Amino acid sequence: MSGKPGKGVGARLRRKEDHRHLHGRGEFVGDLRLPGTLEAAFVRSPVAHGVVRGLDIPAEHAASVLTAADFPGVKPIVAVPKVEGFKASEHPALAAGRVRFAGEPIALALAATRAQAEDIAEAVTVEVDELPAVVDMVQALEPGAPLIREEWRDNQFVEKLNEYGDLEWARRNATVTVQREYRMNRQAAVPLEGRAILAAWNERLEELTLYIGSQSPHQLRVGLAHSLGIEERQIRLVTPDMGGGFGAKRVLYPEELIVAAAALKLRRPVRWLEDKREHLLASIHCREHLHRVTAYADARGKLLGLDVEIFVDAGAYSHWPNGPFMEAGMAARNIPGPYVVEHYRCRSHTVATNKSPIGAYRGVARPAACFTIERTIDEIAHAVGREPWEVRLENMVPSSAMPYRNVTRLAFDTGDYAESVRRAAQLIDLEAVRARQKRGEPDGRLIGVGFASFTEQTAHGCGEWVARGVPVIPGYESATARMMTDGSLMLMVGIISHGQGLETTLAQIAHEELGIDPLRISIRHGDTQASPFGMGTFASRSMVMAGGAVAKACRALRAKMAAIAAHLLQCDAAALRFEDCAVHGPGGSLPFAELGRIANLRQEALPPGVDPLLEVTVTYEPAVDTGVFTYATQAAVVAVDPDTGMVELLDYAVVEDCGTVVNPLIVDGQIAGGIAQGIGTALYEEIPYDASGQPLATTLADYLLPGAPEIPAIKIGHLSTPSPHTEYGMKGMGEGGAISPPAAIANAIRDALLGIGGEINETPMTPRRVRAAVARALAARASRPAAEPVHA
Amino acid sequence: MKPPRFAYHRAGTLEEAIELGARFDGSAKFMAGGQSLMPVMSLRMMTAEHVIDISGIAALRECRAAGERELIGAGTTHAMLEDGKVPDPARGYLRHVAAGIGYRSIRNRGTVGGSLAHADPAGDWPSALLALDAVAVIAGPGGERRVPLREFQLGLMETCLAGPELLTGVLVPRLSERARWAYRKFCRKVGEFAHSIGAVVLDPTLRICNVVVGAVGGKPVRLEQTSARIAEGAPRKDPRELAALVAQDLAGATGLDPSSYEFQVHHAIVSRALTQALSA
Repeated sequence: MSGKPGKGVGARLRRKEDHRHLHGRGEFVGDLRLPGTLEAAFVRSPVAHGVVRGLDIPAEHAASVLTAADFPGVKPIVAVPKVEGFKASEHPALAAGRVRFAGEPIALALAATRAQAEDIAEAVTVEVDELPAVVDMVQALEPGAPLIREEWRDNQFVEKLNEYGDLEWARRNATVTVQREYRMNRQAAVPLEGRAILAAWNERLEELTLYIGSQSPHQLRVGLAHSLGIEERQIRLVTPDMGGGFGAKRVLYPEELIVAAAALKLRRPVRWLEDKREHLLASIHCREHLHRVTAYADARGKLLGLDVEIFVDAGAYSHWPNGPFMEAGMAARNIPGPYVVEHYRCRSHTVATNKSPIGAYRGVARPAACFTIERTIDEIAHAVGREPWEVRLENMVPSSAMPYRNVTRLAFDTGDYAESVRRAAQLIDLEAVRARQKRGEPDGRLIGVGFASFTEQTAHGCGEWVARGVPVIPGYESATARMMTDGSLMLMVGIISHGQGLETTLAQIAHEELGIDPLRISIRHGDTQASPFGMGTFASRSMVMAGGAVAKACRALRAKMAAIAAHLLQCDAAALRFEDCAVHGPGGSLPFAELGRIANLRQEALPPGVDPLLEVTVTYEPAVDTGVFTYATQAAVVAVDPDTGMVELLDYAVVEDCGTVVNPLIVDGQIAGGIAQGIGTALYEEIPYDASGQPLATTLADYLLPGAPEIPAIKIGHLSTPSPHTEYGMKGMGEGGAISPPAAIANAIRDALLGIGGEINETPMTPRRVRAAVARALAARASRPAAEPVHA
Repeated sequence: MKPPRFAYHRAGTLEEAIELGARFDGSAKFMAGGQSLMPVMSLRMMTAEHVIDISGIAALRECRAAGERELIGAGTTHAMLEDGKVPDPARGYLRHVAAGIGYRSIRNRGTVGGSLAHADPAGDWPSALLALDAVAVIAGPGGERRVPLREFQLGLMETCLAGPELLTGVLVPRLSERARWAYRKFCRKVGEFAHSIGAVVLDPTLRICNVVVGAVGGKPVRLEQTSARIAEGAPRKDPRELAALVAQDLAGATGLDPSSYEFQVHHAIVSRALTQALSA
């Protein structure tokens, strides 16, 4: 997408952040140096489920190892969503009795270097009586399953049933019934930089300063203050440069809590830098869903009804603030997708197991929901003998019906969903792929093409979050705009830019409103002392929310500048023009620097009744709190090696609509990054567990991440339907890329295997699983009486 | 993931390295590029009180003619071969193998000798050089000895190198114009250790005929029957006949269940390598 001229909204501006990162001059928690810092390593539970009887700490390390007994004042982490029937749980900072997943922190080892801290941690022996582990989320609910918390009487955080319309009618009127089970396996978020915290007590300020990788420092301070038992005024969180988060740095973890508590106790700086092994063991996990689906459709493939049962493996604990309930809730709400469905029933189970707690990873439950509905749409199409992309677009909510409230009461605002399918089919050159399939491949591989669409609620506000039952309502964002005496501008915001380029895009918005060059605008984020309370960066919301707040603050600043200028230029404010960092009236001009000087340094020149300072703090929320919907259709072309099960991505295309684009360069980058992560879910990333609850992928040799060679060149097409409810018509788009790839690639593999009757409904679609799908299909064909024609 | 404390020694010469190896026998590890040793030490899967860095020994990077064969110094990095900085007597085979190892950053530091001495069955050089009938040159306190590669690796990360002995290089044949080779491996992603390797080197002039399967069990395996049948001259072209030949041999040579996924992948990869070598 080509950008608009200039440096404001729509300009293809290079990121301000790039210079320092490309020169290796970024400042991450690991780069900070405080004298006397102790480095931390954790003693972790060696078993998935058990009771710790004691710790054997060698005498020479006794002073270097801290256990739960050293922190009597630290309260366990408790998340209590306002969801009927939800069972709350206490998550101790350091486990003292029961341990509930392999890797759960039990003690903290401190030393001058991390290597020495690891030596000490390794020397500590945990005496533990092992209990039977709960590993499978379906078996976990069966009678007689071992219990993770006896007082719960089962292993379910919460169960929900939602019914809409008359599913019985759909069943009676269906020509086609499709039944499937879809599984997404457990993975991790794996940001490039792991979690990180450096905690230091400041005696002068009587303040605990936490340099911490956090997507939500203001929110986190609330939880930390509660668990540490000190007042919020005594905690300052600073998030310096951060190498990604993707949801993994949104919650309050035991490790960060105990490192903060240790700095408080010892009055010495303490740092913990999570390594990849710890990340794979004990950071949030994600994606582990099982969906059982019965879909009813008519003879043309029109979807009549959906009957779904959802299982989410939520792991052992509830993370603060939200707990795990939203995963299943979001899946239930999003399975109907961008389609017209009137009859829908969904039962969901959020299940506790002896695994690391689940959290919200880019897209949260939407990739699983998309996998389920998009695979199902394709199966309906195959059942009625039509092209999946046609059946897909015919079932979609038409643009003429917008705004449209869907079956789960999502308020779709604007968009032409079907057009995204048509455009994606063109971009991927569907006809050429079909022709290539007919020719066949010289190496015997099978070619397939698949589509997957979604519509995503973004930047939702107060009412939506209240309805979901979350304990903290992230319905707004805040911004402070401050003009300095030289006319330069500072913006203080509560969101965190950790790869999204928000230091650039927020400056573009201020430029749009005030005309100041983005290079003369400083964005301060990630410091609870610098900005007003803000919610942070997650849920595809920062550009809409913080961008909206910046626009509003700049406009308020502009109004005050106009009032001052009108007074000084002796004219009506309406007669003023803002241009080239100056305010122009009929009889003269005032540069911003002059206005900044007067407002701050020369109070006597201000109009009567106007206060000094050019500084405005605002909060912003979109005009609707039901969210603005960004949507896309992604298409994949694959080559499947039937002998080995290897899948190669030959081509990939996406056509998306996120309303008004603030910076096309950054939007395209977000799409590509999201798709790369979606490809990871689709083909590579998985943390399997053995029967005793031991994770089997704890290094990057076992946990495969896609690298640059695994990501094809991505063709990106844009539609633009500005939202009437947000500043400039923006919609959130950070997560979208990651939603469709598992479904698009699974549909492409299904298309490749259609001729032999093979399909795959589980991620990651490893060569082993794909080969198994091929083998199953060939075995089924062989057992059939008459061979059916192969057209693969 | 930091290694436990160890003493670091940097050997300037081969003699110094062997002397250090003898002095700390039993508690020392030689380190060339460190691309395998450092990760396993960081994961604390392997410990050594002493690490003897041999990457600075110029003599180990020597590549030269040695009678009928060519010596590739153990310290030769994968990148030196990939970039053609040292001659490839195997008519592009060594260069091809080198270019497919790990990532470029690994190839910049990782060495041929390090890979052989580390003896990971999924590593590239153990399979590739076995198929080439290479001979290991080993220096020790008692002098030099030569061991054919098929006797060099004993099992999983286990070689015939005794305590202070150091692998100094490999002798590889100069392949003739009639030589044909193929090297295929199966990785889920670029840079990953292979799940299967098929290495085939055929040179009627030098009477080399080796079909090797790697990344299997404890060490790479030469498919004896297949290699013998190919040497006899039949079958030569039909991929299905070749696949059948490999299938017969593979189960016995690897002990894998023919219905297992692992067997199917090895079968596909070795059959394809063989077909490619014979059709080249």
